[in-house]
Amino acid sequence: MNMIREWDWSTVIDAFPLIFKAMWITLGMTIACYAFALVFGLVWTFIRRVRIKPLQRLISFIMEFIRTTPPLVQLYFIYYAWPLVPYVGVTLDPITTSILGLGIHFSTYISEIYRSGIESVDKGQWEAATALNFSTRQKWTKIILPQAIPPTIPMLGNYLIIMFKEIPLTAAVGVGGMLLTAQKYGAKFYEYMEPLTLVALFFLLLSYPSSILVQKLEQKMNRRFDKKPGGSNNGKEVTAS
Amino acid sequence: MEPIVKYEDVHKSFGDLEVLKGIDLNIAPAEKVALIGPSGSGKTTIIRLLMTLEKPTSGYIEVDGDPLWHKEVNGKLVPADEKHLREVRGKIGMVFQHFNLFPHMTILKNCTVAPINVLGMDKEEAEQRAVEMLEKVGLADKLEAYPSQLSGGQKQRVAMARALVMRPKVMLFDEVTSALDPELVGEVLEVIREIAEEGEMAMILVTHEMDFARDVADRVVFLDNGVIAEQGKPKDILENPQSERLQSFLERFRTSSSS
Repeated sequence: MNMIREWDWSTVIDAFPLIFKAMWITLGMTIACYAFALVFGLVWTFIRRVRIKPLQRLISFIMEFIRTTPPLVQLYFIYYAWPLVPYVGVTLDPITTSILGLGIHFSTYISEIYRSGIESVDKGQWEAATALNFSTRQKWTKIILPQAIPPTIPMLGNYLIIMFKEIPLTAAVGVGGMLLTAQKYGAKFYEYMEPLTLVALFFLLLSYPSSILVQKLEQKMNRRFDKKPGGSNNGKEVTAS
Repeated sequence: MEPIVKYEDVHKSFGDLEVLKGIDLNIAPAEKVALIGPSGSGKTTIIRLLMTLEKPTSGYIEVDGDPLWHKEVNGKLVPADEKHLREVRGKIGMVFQHFNLFPHMTILKNCTVAPINVLGMDKEEAEQRAVEMLEKVGLADKLEAYPSQLSGGQKQRVAMARALVMRPKVMLFDEVTSALDPELVGEVLEVIREIAEEGEMAMILVTHEMDFARDVADRVVFLDNGVIAEQGKPKDILENPQSERLQSFLERFRTSSSS
């Protein structure tokens, strides 16, 4: 078999519609996993705010465990090993496996971003809100979150792009995104060069403009939310005097 | 007359450090009380307990006849829940050393967000009241500005308007001029003086401004090492201190502020 051969445009044209179609699956998976991570990240964040020491330690340990284990191992575990676990084990389809696996994996990072956003709000803001007699719910919705969220948007955007690039991992459990489609095409016709190049190109075309967008967003946020506005006390704390 | 605020044997510790070692203090309605004392004496903690920003370790505090940190259930006092705290806390307002304005809201919104959401006032009425208070502190021309666009003195005046809009019965001032550049202190003190002259509201001022305390306060309370060491009329306290501790405090104060 001839291993070295010319670039073949007809293969490109042949493979393009298949890869293009699979792109929607990759994008759909990205959005599903990301949405799951955003919501689940919030769950981590709030559980960790409950002031019960053993619970906090347990949650930190679980999150650390999830973060330090490769997502591919987690996907394999959920797909192949989870169904064999007694009592709680269930068989999951590839799509659910991927959303759960990557969603939970990334939720630990997202939770960290939420936490940094919430902690960046000055303690004096909580105190002023208490002094004005807001309810706990109103403190969050009117005072804290409107200040905590905007600065985290660029970081959240970065994680969306990172997640998009991690979606090909789901090919390992059989989700037919761009990578798996290109792989199958290659296996069928012994033409790997063109379909894989197309996949790379699609990733580039989608993530590069997105990262520029995130950068712009970041600059905009920095301008709008420069760190010197009036309410802050520059991190100084007063407890007793 | 029944006091508006009552402290009975109030203690507060932060870890091993006992900051308040048994405070008994009554404040009459409309009375203006200045709290003075060296740093670490516990004067800020006294008002933070009243604003419910810190919880007393032991003791009893009453506001306008209601227990603050306790509530009555079948004639017995039990620790208060958040619902009870909200009911009583509504009678108290506070101005902070570092202003703590809401940076994401305009000046007007800073002053209306609480009346609308906490008191359930409609927007027009809240704005009308906010504008009235902002006029009082001389900032009615800054309604649409954001806190970051104001000077420190202006921020502090907005913070006062924001607290006044809630019409508290007791207003707490926590070293409100300490974070200001010296040339901006005067404008803030002037506004406090005007508020004090209107009369009906009780005021507790934690301050290092002795001349101001003498002008505005009905009573000066000297705290030292977690206890009330001496109290009385401003003139007596500041000009004729009895205890050695107060004498040396005022002495230190004179030398440090004149240098």
